[in-house]
Amino acid sequence: MRKSIYLFALAAISFTACNSNAKKENLQEDNQPHDHSQMESTAGNADEPSQAAVGKQESVSAILNHYLTMKDALVEDDSEKAASSGKLLFDAFAEFDASAVSDPQQELGEIIEDAKMHAEHINENAGNIVHQREHFEILSIDIKDLLAIAGTDRVLYQQYCPMYNDNKGGMWLSASNEVKNPFFGSKMLNCGEVQETIPVE
Amino acid sequence: MKWLKYLGIMLVVVLVGIQFIPASLNQNTTVPPTDFIKANDIPENVSHILKASCYNCHSNNTEYPWYSRTQPAGWLLEKHIREGKEALNLSEFELYSVRMKGSKLRAMIGQVENREMPLPSYTLLHPEARLSREEKNDIINYLSILSEKLNGR
Repeated sequence: MRKSIYLFALAAISFTACNSNAKKENLQEDNQPHDHSQMESTAGNADEPSQAAVGKQESVSAILNHYLTMKDALVEDDSEKAASSGKLLFDAFAEFDASAVSDPQQELGEIIEDAKMHAEHINENAGNIVHQREHFEILSIDIKDLLAIAGTDRVLYQQYCPMYNDNKGGMWLSASNEVKNPFFGSKMLNCGEVQETIPVE
Repeated sequence: MKWLKYLGIMLVVVLVGIQFIPASLNQNTTVPPTDFIKANDIPENVSHILKASCYNCHSNNTEYPWYSRTQPAGWLLEKHIREGKEALNLSEFELYSVRMKGSKLRAMIGQVENREMPLPSYTLLHPEARLSREEKNDIINYLSILSEKLNGR
């Protein structure tokens, strides 16, 4: 009897010891993403124009592909699909080569950081499409500002729904000039208008 | 029946044992200049709401409840605080870019509006953190003004 109590005590101690180690590792892991984002924003100083220029176009394409997939998913009220494209969009932003764009480095870093946050939230909120749409609206502004700096690889249409967000309005980008509303989906599929055309330079 | 007794003893030993694992506390004596309330000269009624309903998980200074000293409740709390600060740290709000500040404000407004924050599981244990309809309006109004000011820069 006594022997077994010792055994259990030993088991308990080793269990708790493992646990605290695991916790420490967890904490360290959690710190890493922060460092990453800082590294990315400072990585913009590297100067390899020729190589970077290729990467840049590909990155914008990847970002736009996933953004538009996300937009279509929200038009179709498909929260799961919006979430999965959120993950892909996050990765595309993470891989975006900021060094390819020479002008406003700092703003670009801020746009990417913000857009990544929104993509991440959309990914984490499968099933909560209201929340996904809130993030999508601000994400759309980030994408638009990104294109103003980095250029677009295809013609895009900036569309606007005045009724979104308690009539404060919200905009999104589409590859088609036909309005299909990602904020309301099937509830108000055609609410909105084309505000602006973003041409390929 | 003997194994049941062993299981009971083991459970007690584990529960007692984990109480001795040192916990790190999220506490600071000074309020940094990057603090949301400090930097924005926020009206008393709003700063009171922020402190009571948001700051425990979204700042570098937590006022710990009694149960935080018992494990595993304390670890659960620690996890919540870590995740809360990752999403929004009001002690370091001024370190965010203007763009990010705008996003955070919009997210705060949305979360409060939809009653997703403060977390229902949190207000269950902390009734003082629950937002009355008035408090909810006050904080949303204030954050909206701040958000518009930011956009109009």
